[in-house]
Parts: sequence; C-alpha cells; structure tokens
Amino acid sequence: MPVEIERTEEQSASERAPAPDVPWVTVVHNDPVNLMSYVTYVFQTYFGYSKDKAKKLMLDVHHKGRAVVSQGSREEMERDVQAMHGYGLWATLQRDR
Amino acid sequence: MPGYFEPLPGGEGGASITLDDGEISVLRSLTVQLLELIGPDQSESENADPLNALFVEGPSEPPTDPALARLFPDAYGDPESPPDQAARTRSAEFRRFTESELRTQKRDRLLAVVHALDEARSARAESGGEAVLTLDRAASDSWLGGLNDLRLVIGARLGIEDESTTEKLFDLPDEDPRKPMVIAFLWLGSLQETLVETLLP
Repeated sequence: MPVEIERTEEQSASERAPAPDVPWVTVVHNDPVNLMSYVTYVFQTYFGYSKDKAKKLMLDVHHKGRAVVSQGSREEMERDVQAMHGYGLWATLQRDR
Repeated sequence: MPGYFEPLPGGEGGASITLDDGEISVLRSLTVQLLELIGPDQSESENADPLNALFVEGPSEPPTDPALARLFPDAYGDPESPPDQAARTRSAEFRRFTESELRTQKRDRLLAVVHALDEARSARAESGGEAVLTLDRAASDSWLGGLNDLRLVIGARLGIEDESTTEKLFDLPDEDPRKPMVIAFLWLGSLQETLVETLLP
C-alpha cells in the first residue's frame, strides 16, 4: 500500500507546516454533545497544537459554529477529516476560500 | 472520589475508577448496544485473510439511522446548506474508502471497554471488594473515544441538537420515559470529563 509507505515520520512533520498555496482546509463544526475539554484534547493530541492554540480553536468552534483546524493538500485534509471522525468530531474538508 | 476517574499515581499517565455493580452493568449494556448498532466486522466474516480487509469497500451512502449518521458524517459539503452533486459524489467516494476502517476503530475501542469492565468485575468477585478499574495510557485513549461515541449516539437518540434542547432535557420530570437515558448521558459526560482531565498534559 503505497499510501502507508510514503508516510514516514519526517514527512508527517512537514505536512503540518503551513502551505498557503495548497487550497484545502479541514473545518470542525460545533455540536452540542462533544465536551470542550475533549475537543481541546483532540486538537492538542492529533495536530500537536499548543494548549493555547487548541483552546482558541475549540472556542472558535463553540462560539462561531466552525473553525479551520488544518490546511494542506486534499489528500492530507481527507486524512485529517477521517481522524476527526474517528475521534467523534464533526469535520468536513473544503477548498480554502 | 468514587464513580469518577482519577489519575494513577506516578505521573506516567493512566487512570483508575471505582465502579459498583449497577454502574458496570449500565456501562456494559450501553457499550454492547452500540457495538450491535455499529455491526459486525464485514471483512472478518467474509474471509479470514487479513489482506482481504484492505480491499473491502465500505458503503457510499450515509447511514439512515441518525445516531450512526452522526458517527459517520459526510466529509464534503457545507452542513448548513443542502449538498451539491460534487460534494455528494466526493462524500460517497470518501465513505467507500474510510467507513469500514472507522467502524473497525470504533468497534475495537468499545470491545476494549467491555473487556476492561469484565476484568474489573471478575477481579472483584475474587477479592470480594470494590470493582476497581485501572487503565493504562493506551486503554485511557480507547475509553475516551468509546465514551464519546456513546454520548454522541445517546445525544442523537435524545434529539439533542443545540444547547437549549440539552437544558430542557435536564429539567425533565422524573416520570418522563427519557429520564433514565438523560441520567446515563450526564453520567457518561462526567466519566469522560474526569478521564480527559487525567490525560491533559
């Protein structure tokens, strides 16, 4: 499965680097069931964000209804969305507008 | 405090909780019901060859059960407007390649919850004391995801769509048939909240 072979540790670190010219984003949507502490924990654990950044994104989801949590190629965003669904967060991907 | 998760001493991660028989029964029963809802592993029942699992395609349509649809949402499209054809096609394709894997992930976590509950119960039967459940770091993660899936499904069953429905449910009179499910929902929330606190760095 080439998809797995390509995913080395080094590459997954560089995938997290900002890529402004790659026009896809992962959006997490608000839902009334997920706990705020859990959503923050997921953003810290999966994306490796600092506690402050994770909490800010969680609050954006809570107050604005949605937040862009990552950006990259379509394939990368599909991977992030699948991971979010695994955690039980409501996420979609879309072209960055 | 009994009935809630506490971090294991030593700071290496992990958590423990003391549960009575009634709590174990409720938690086990809810978890088994969710396992039944998610359904058996298709790749296993059709062929024992693990390689075969890589080639099993998932469904292309969202589940019709709203609770399952919440566990396996569409990956494309704006939730606030009806999906266009392009979003629908992409969501279907994404689902075919990811939903089986997601179902397996969720099933494995719930099975880990059931096994831990059974172990705690049999250890209690031998010692005659309280059932103390001890989770290492990896088991804590399984439990955290499993508890979240349980709450999502119960939330969907209770029709929780926004914060105001949640508040109304909490004020239900005791004779309301939804009351036991609301109590379970709140209890699972406190379990998850105290478990996530043990995991936060």
